[in-house]
Order: sequence, then C-alpha cells, then structure tokens
Amino acid sequence: MTERQAHTRQSVDWWLIGTYLVLVVIGWLNIYAATHSSEPGSLISWSSRAGKQFVWILTSLGLAGLILYIIPPRLWESTCIPFYVMVLGLLVLVIFVSSDVKGSHSWFNLGPIRFQPAEISKISTSLLLAYAMSQQNFRITRWKDFWTAALIIGVPMLVIVGESETGSALVYAGFIFVLYREGLSGWWLGTIGLIIMLFVGTLKWSAYWSVMFMTTMLLLCNAYMGPKQRRKGWLLYGSLFVGVIGAFPFVLRFFCERVQAHMDFLSSRVWVPSAHENYHYFWSFLLDVNPLWILLGMGAVALPLLGVKAWNGKDRFLAISLGVWMAGVALIFSTDYIFQHVLQPHQRSRIEVLLGLKEDPAGVGYNVMQSKIAIGSGGFFGKGYLQGTQTTFGFVPEQATDFIFCTVGEEWGFLGCLVVIGLYTFLIARLVLDAESCRGKFTRIYGYCVAACVFMHLFINVGMTIGLVPVIGIPLPLLSYGGSSLWGFTILIFIFLSLYRDEKKYF
Amino acid sequence: MTGNVRHIRLLVGLGAAVLLLLGSIFSIQILDDRYKQDADRNSTVYETIYPTRGAIFDRNGAVLVGNRVAYDILVSPREVKAFDTLALSAALDVTPEFIWSKLDEYHRKRASIGFQAVTMLRMVPAETYMRFNEVKYKFPGFRGQARSMREYPVNAGGNLLGYVSEVNQQYMERHPGEYRSGDYAGMTGIEAARETDLRGEKGYHIYLRNARNQIEQPFKDGTMDKEAVPGKNITTTIDAQLQQYGQELMAGKVGSVVAIEPSTGEILALVSSPGIDVEQLSDIGRHYNEIVKNPYKPMYNRAVQASYPPGSVFKLVNALIGMEEGVLRPEMRYPCSHGYYYGAGHKLGCHGHRSPIDMDESIMMSCNAYYCYVLKNIVDNRKYDSPADGLDHWNAYVKSFGFGRKLGSDFPAELSGSIPSSRTYNRAYGRGRWNSTTVISLSIGQGEILATPMHLANLCATIANRGHYYIPHIIKASEGVEIDPRFYEPQYTLVDTTHFPKVIRGMWLAVNAPAGAGGTARVAHVDSLDICGKTGTAQNPRGADNSVFICFAPKDKPRIALAAYVENGGFGAAYAAPIASLMAEMYLKGKTSRPELEERMMQANLMDRVKHD
Repeated sequence: MTERQAHTRQSVDWWLIGTYLVLVVIGWLNIYAATHSSEPGSLISWSSRAGKQFVWILTSLGLAGLILYIIPPRLWESTCIPFYVMVLGLLVLVIFVSSDVKGSHSWFNLGPIRFQPAEISKISTSLLLAYAMSQQNFRITRWKDFWTAALIIGVPMLVIVGESETGSALVYAGFIFVLYREGLSGWWLGTIGLIIMLFVGTLKWSAYWSVMFMTTMLLLCNAYMGPKQRRKGWLLYGSLFVGVIGAFPFVLRFFCERVQAHMDFLSSRVWVPSAHENYHYFWSFLLDVNPLWILLGMGAVALPLLGVKAWNGKDRFLAISLGVWMAGVALIFSTDYIFQHVLQPHQRSRIEVLLGLKEDPAGVGYNVMQSKIAIGSGGFFGKGYLQGTQTTFGFVPEQATDFIFCTVGEEWGFLGCLVVIGLYTFLIARLVLDAESCRGKFTRIYGYCVAACVFMHLFINVGMTIGLVPVIGIPLPLLSYGGSSLWGFTILIFIFLSLYRDEKKYF
Repeated sequence: MTGNVRHIRLLVGLGAAVLLLLGSIFSIQILDDRYKQDADRNSTVYETIYPTRGAIFDRNGAVLVGNRVAYDILVSPREVKAFDTLALSAALDVTPEFIWSKLDEYHRKRASIGFQAVTMLRMVPAETYMRFNEVKYKFPGFRGQARSMREYPVNAGGNLLGYVSEVNQQYMERHPGEYRSGDYAGMTGIEAARETDLRGEKGYHIYLRNARNQIEQPFKDGTMDKEAVPGKNITTTIDAQLQQYGQELMAGKVGSVVAIEPSTGEILALVSSPGIDVEQLSDIGRHYNEIVKNPYKPMYNRAVQASYPPGSVFKLVNALIGMEEGVLRPEMRYPCSHGYYYGAGHKLGCHGHRSPIDMDESIMMSCNAYYCYVLKNIVDNRKYDSPADGLDHWNAYVKSFGFGRKLGSDFPAELSGSIPSSRTYNRAYGRGRWNSTTVISLSIGQGEILATPMHLANLCATIANRGHYYIPHIIKASEGVEIDPRFYEPQYTLVDTTHFPKVIRGMWLAVNAPAGAGGTARVAHVDSLDICGKTGTAQNPRGADNSVFICFAPKDKPRIALAAYVENGGFGAAYAAPIASLMAEMYLKGKTSRPELEERMMQANLMDRVKHD
C-alpha cells in the first residue's frame, strides 16, 4: 500500500499542479486589486468578487481532488459519448431557456449561481475527440475519419455560435493543432494562415497586396517543395516576378509623376500654353490603371500555360497551387462582401478598430484603448500591488473577468506579464510534453486538446488586451473571475492529470 | 513517427506566439511613452484654482478696478435627476425656458459631454448664488464655482482701463501654452498692457478620479497641489478725479483729452469720448454687440489711435524750427492782410488782426500768414540744395518731437500719425515739380500732417519742460512692478532749449493778454494759474472744424500739460480751450471757479454735428 502511494505521488505531475495553483492565486490577488475600490471587502469575504473567487478556488480544489483520487480515470473514456450528447443537449437547451446576458444566450440561471455549458463543452468535445481519434483504425488522412473529427469539433462550435458566443466558438479552432499532431497535413495550417493573411491584407492594405502576397507564397512553395528538377527555375522566375511586378506600380507612378512634373516645368518655361489648364500627356492614362488589373491580366495569361505545364509534367503540386491561387483570388474579391454581409456589425467594428481602419475611442475602441493605457502605464516594474490607477478606478471595463490581464500589466509591469505568460507557456509546454510521453493515444490526444484550449484562451485573451486580436470576450484561464470558467479549466486539466497518473501507474 | 517532429514544431509555434505577445507588451509598456501620459490624463483631474486678478490703482491710491466674487453655475448632465424646473429658474433668476433649452442642448450633445461638467450660467452675482446655494440640495448635478469679476468704483473710462473677457481660440493660439479655454485675459487698455502682471498664476488641486469622473481622493494627499499666486496690483499714473472730470466735460462730444505731468511723462488723464461705460465693462460679453454697433465707435481709443491734422497748435513747432534754423528771430515782423498771397492769385486766409506783427503776437493771435513766411524760409533755405532737402530737414526736426512715429508709451495700440517728407510730395507731384508753396499748409498744421492727441499732449509737455519730454506712460513703478528705464530718460528735440522760452511767452500772452489785445485763448484764463496755451482750429473735411487746444500750467515749474481735441467743435477757443483749462484748474486747485463755463461744457452736445460712415 505504501509502495503504491509513493508511486502515485511520483506519477502525478506536481509541476503542473504547482503551476495551476500559482496561476489561480495570482488570479485571486488580481481580482481583489481590480475590484477592491468598488467592492470594499477582504480577500475572503463573500460580499466581494475576490471573496467569491476564493470560494470558487476552494471548490475547484475539491473538484480536483475528486477527479484525481476518487473518480476512476477509465470512466472518462467509457462515458464520453453520452457525456458529449448530454452537453450538446444543454448547449441547445440554453439557447431557449437562458436570459439575455449582453446579447448572448449561453448562461443557465440556477438561483444565485449562473453557469455556462460552453465551458463544459470544451471537456466533452476533447474527450470525444480523443476517444474517436484513438480508435485502432482511425486515420485522419482518410476523408471519412477527417469528417468524423471535424463533426465532433464542428457541431458544438456551431451551436455556440448560435448562442452568440462567437468568441468561445473560436477556441474550438485550436483543435486543428491536435489534428495536426495526429497526422493532418500541415497544408491545412498553412491554408488557414493564408486565408487570415489575405483577409487582413485586403482589408488593411489592398487587394493588390494580397494577390502579391499569395503569389509570392505559392512561388516559394513551388520553389522549395515542387519537383526537384524545377526548383531552380521557380526560384528564378519567382524572384523576377516579385522584383519586377511587385515594384511595377510604384515605378510606374514615380515615372509618370516625375516626367509629368518635368514636362510641366518645361512647358511653363518654353511654350507657356495655359497655366490654368491641367495638362494631360499621352501616358497620363497609365496613372489611372489599377495595378491589380495588370497583375490579374498576367495571371490570366500565365494560368493556362502553367496548367499545360502541370498536366504534361504530371506536376500535382503545381496543379494544386494553381487551384489555390484561383480560390485565393476569389476570396480576395469576396472579402468585402464577407466583411460587410456575413459578419455582424459589432464584429465588423471590432475588426475595423483592430486594423486601424476606424478610430472609435469612445465606442468599440474604448475597451482596447483603456486596456492598452492600463497595461502600457505599468512600465517595467509596474505600479505596485493595489497601486494601479487605471484598473482600480474602473477605466478598464470587465476588469475582473475578461480584462484581468490589465491589472497584471499595470500593477506588476512587464516583469509580471513575463511571469504570468511564462507560467502559461510552461503549463502548455508541460501538457504537450506529458501528452507526448504517453503510450495510450487517448491520453495523448486529450492532453493535446487541453493544451490547445489553454493556448487559444491565452492568445486570444492577452492578444485582445494589447490590441493584437479583435475584442473577443473569453476569459483568461484560471485568472479571470468566474466560477464556470475556473471549474471548467480545473476539470479539463485534472482529467488529464488523472489520465496521466493512470498511465504512469503501470510502468 | 511524425509526432516527434510535429510536437517540436508545435512547441516552436507556441514559442513564436508567446514571443509575439511579449514583444507587443514590451513595446507598449517600455518602448511607448504615450500610454503612461494617457494614464495620467485618464486618472488625475486638475481642478484649477483661479488667482484673484490684480487691482488697478490711481496715482493717489484710489481703486480704479477691483474684484468682487461672482459665480459660474456648472452642470454635470449625467448627475442631474428629475427636478423642479420652476424652482431652479426662480433661484437662478432665469426663465424656465432657458433651463429647458439648455437641458435639451446637453441632451443633444450628451456624447461629447459624457461625465464632464459644463457651464450653464456665467458670472451670477453673489446674491443670486446665495439664494441658489440654499436650495442646491434639491438639484443634484448643479453646482457653483467662484470666479472673481471686475468691479469699478470710479468711472475712469473703459478705453483707458480696458476690459477682461474669456479667451477665444485665436487668443490662445497667439499665446501658446499660457491660457486654456475658460480663462480670462485683459483684451484692451491697461488690462491688456499689464496682463502678465495682473493675471497672477493659476494653481491646482489634483484629484484621482474614476472612469465616471467622480473624484475619488486627493492625489498624494494634496502634496502635489499648487497654490494660486494672486496677480500683482498695478498703480497707474492716472488721477481718478481728473480722469472722471474730463469724461464728464467730454460727454456728448467726440474727441479726446490727454493730460501729462511734464516733469515725469506720467499720463494724468486719458479721455476718449464717447467711451465705454465701466458698467458695460464688467459684463462686456453682454454689451459687446451694442458697443460694436454704436456708430461713434466707443471702442476706438481716440487719444492714441485717432490721427487728426493738429491745426494751429503746430505753429509752435514751426516757430521753434525756424529759430533753430536761424530763419526766424522773435522780433521779426511779417505783414498779414487777411492771409498770405502766393503764386498767381492763391491765398491762405487769416482772420482780421493788426499787422504787421512779431512772433509773440503771431502766437497770441494765431496768425496764418506769419507761419507761411516761416515755413517758406525753412524750406527754401539757401543752405539746402532744394526745397526737398529743406523739407527733409524740417521733417527730421518735427519727428524729434515725437510726431510721425509711435511715442513708445506703455499703452497698447498706439498709432504713429504721419509727417510728410520729400518722398511724399515726389510721389504725388514728381521729383522737382513742387516747391515751398505746394506744401505751404504745413505751416499751420494742415495738409499732410497727422498726429494723435497724445502727440499734441507730448508737444505741450516738451514746451513746458523747455525742450525735452519723457515718454508718456500710464503705469507707475510700484512694489513688484517695474517699468522700462526708457521712461526715466529725458528725450531732447533737435531744437536748442534756449528757443523754448520765446514761444512760451506767446503762449502765455494767448491766454493771459488783457482783453482786447487779441489773445485767442482768453477763455482759458484762470487767475493766479499762469496757464500757457495755444489754440487750433483744424479743418475737418467732414463738416465743422475741429476744436484744438494745448496748454500747460503753471508757466514756471509746470505740473500739467494738456491737449484737448474736440471733433467738429469749431474754434479752438470754443470747446477745447475751456475743457483743457477747466481740467488744469481742477488738477491744480482741486476745484473749479467757473461754474457757468463748466455747466456749458458738460451740457454741450455736438454729436449731431459728427458725421459718421
């Protein structure tokens, strides 16, 4: 018995638990800092949010103990299908019975306690995904299996979008990293990255920029990953294309303006035609040509030629590249439509503010502006605990929940940010490495799911507070005020710890 | 196994994402200072403490401009709850409609107002404020803020004192960093001239505030607060009694009177009529349009800004120049038969008097012909190559009296007048195509000569001092207030001081010669005062002649030099001489002995004679 207990102690990853505890305590202290002026009360009194968080922390620890020591780890794998179905049912149900909280229908109101099924849905989805993908004959590269995984992720995601909790739904996109780990082609990640770049590039700069970017990327891919004998050629043509065509509109404009200015000068000295008339020269029309059309015209000429080349040379890579190029152009041209008609107005304005297309310091931009001011004013060492002026006096909205990172930034400075983000990085990396060391696929995949969820929350939440990501209201795991979120992440992480311990027990 | 490669790739990706986050945080926390400043602006609120503006005293210590407390009524629209509009309007002495319209306006502008407080009423008198203060608790969101307001115990003239008003955008741009919207500054007169002394320094309380603009607590327990420094008091050279008396005499007339103490250059009185009443001055905002629309332009400070032909008083200058140039000796006699004949049938007329006369008599009786000879002799002097050369020498002499340029007083917006030179006539007639007869009207102070009443008073002071003047100024040095050393330095003219007593003889005769002798300024005579004066009757193209008079008294050790200029007043002796004489008497004796004359001057209304645009 004693031998087994010693074994247990060793097989539990105490590093993970330690990191978890440190983050939870940091969260608690910062919730107190963020709310102490508006809600007087000590760290542990029920009347303030810091006190309530203390209760959430205690119950979470109880939950953690329950999961780690009482619930048999095998239970998760065997019940994951009914669990998933039940949670899905709750997700749908909540749309109809919930009250409207800031436009979203995602909260159950059970007397004094409110609870968000979307938090549990992350757990059930992770479990089912791990279960499905750990089956003996599962191959993500097979379309049938790919669609199975995609459905497991996609269905709750869509329902959550239906609850108007787009932010929470976005977290599910993180599962693509899990699929990647389990053999999904890296091109999927590349494609998603490309789509984001094209979308942002078209909105922020121009369609010309996006087409150039995409073409350059595809040329590079062909130059480095196409058939070996053609690589040199691609490199040559590629750099020629980027150098000449990329610079073309700028050279053209420069040339036209220079020559025109020079001719204007000459004419004013020699002929003195009419000083008042705006003189037009035969090349003036060049200035009106949209360089994008030149680019697309060249594309139209090059596409059939390259198509023939791909057909003759049996170059599948080139053929797909051409398809991607055309799809990309289609996306670039529909960007405006998607932006104006598919996105909701508040999402549109958040993106506009983020990309600097619109200034709105009093409206949508207010949160981000105030949040950046709070973090920026922290400097290197911060203003000291409870000394922050921005977060204490309520300039930052939602400062105990979604914007808790502002308090860290203002009062603890860059050093505090470094520590907190470092802890998260350690947590995520540790999860990945632990998962990687598992022999059972279920535990490994589940571990990756947990890591992906924590990473998505971290990146979106912190990115939002510093204006790197549009404002998406999701909590910072373990730090933000709120029982649902804390319980959700506690369960998510401790199920992994339990599975992990179970795995190590026998070796 | 792909996993081995892929989990490394994923960890590298994690590292990259984390570096991106940390890099952005580093940039806004360490590299970019903008956010720290924004944070300060966000969370600290500076409540301005307005200093009391310095008072303005006259030369004897009487208060010309003081302060009294008034209140601005501020509203924070977000804090306003439903209230009894009628009760508030009664408390504040305004109509309920006014309050409704204001609240409507705030509602319309609610986005830009936010949690700020806006000023609903300005300069509410203390009595009204007290009434409001008693019931203030019924009107959350409304409060009063004390401001000091100008008060004028003596009616010393709006143009002289100037007014104080809220700074506008252009004013703030002209004085970068010194004013903020809502501040007050002196705009004209002494208030503007000594603005930097009078305004004092603003102080502030610093408070920490929350996002709802509610004050949370004093910042660092008030240790960073700054007390306001009250403005310095200014002592002027003005004699309040004389100034007020001059204004009463000038009532109903357009023109001005300037009185200077010759021994110091201190301005004793500076009357511009019609002027701005001090009652209007304290609330200039409400009266501004009315003042601007007044056809007689009360804003226009005629004493330093109006350029007039000086008329016959300028003969004194020509006499002095003639003597200095050696072309005139006091005993020289010239004939006059109702004027001076020159060219083919041209005549510069004169009034009837005995002939021929010497210089004393020419001043006493103000003979035109005499000075035509004098000027002709100055300009056509053989020692000069041409009339042009002669005229330019004349020009240099005249300018040495301060004419044709700004005197450099400390009074703002002084104008220079103008004195012609050969270039003036070369431009008009062509080089060599004019001669002394062309410019002959300069002899009697007509034609192209323009001077301000201040110039004439300065001329009078120069003669009173027998050849030098001190730059006229209106501020006396007092504790903490320096004046420029230039005001202490005597300014000499190009005319030798020995010549001045000779013209003073004539000036004394003009006032004090026995009746029947032909003195033009008999009306200015006061027993035992020894007033010396010279009348002028300047042609006015717009109607009746202007009445001009300069005088100083007493003859020896003069204590006051005056110039009076009454537009359309007719002969110099008609209005200017009595007014200047009465003022001199008032200043020297403290009372006047000629009630009928005084009464007649005060009652005279020449406004109908004045033509305006």
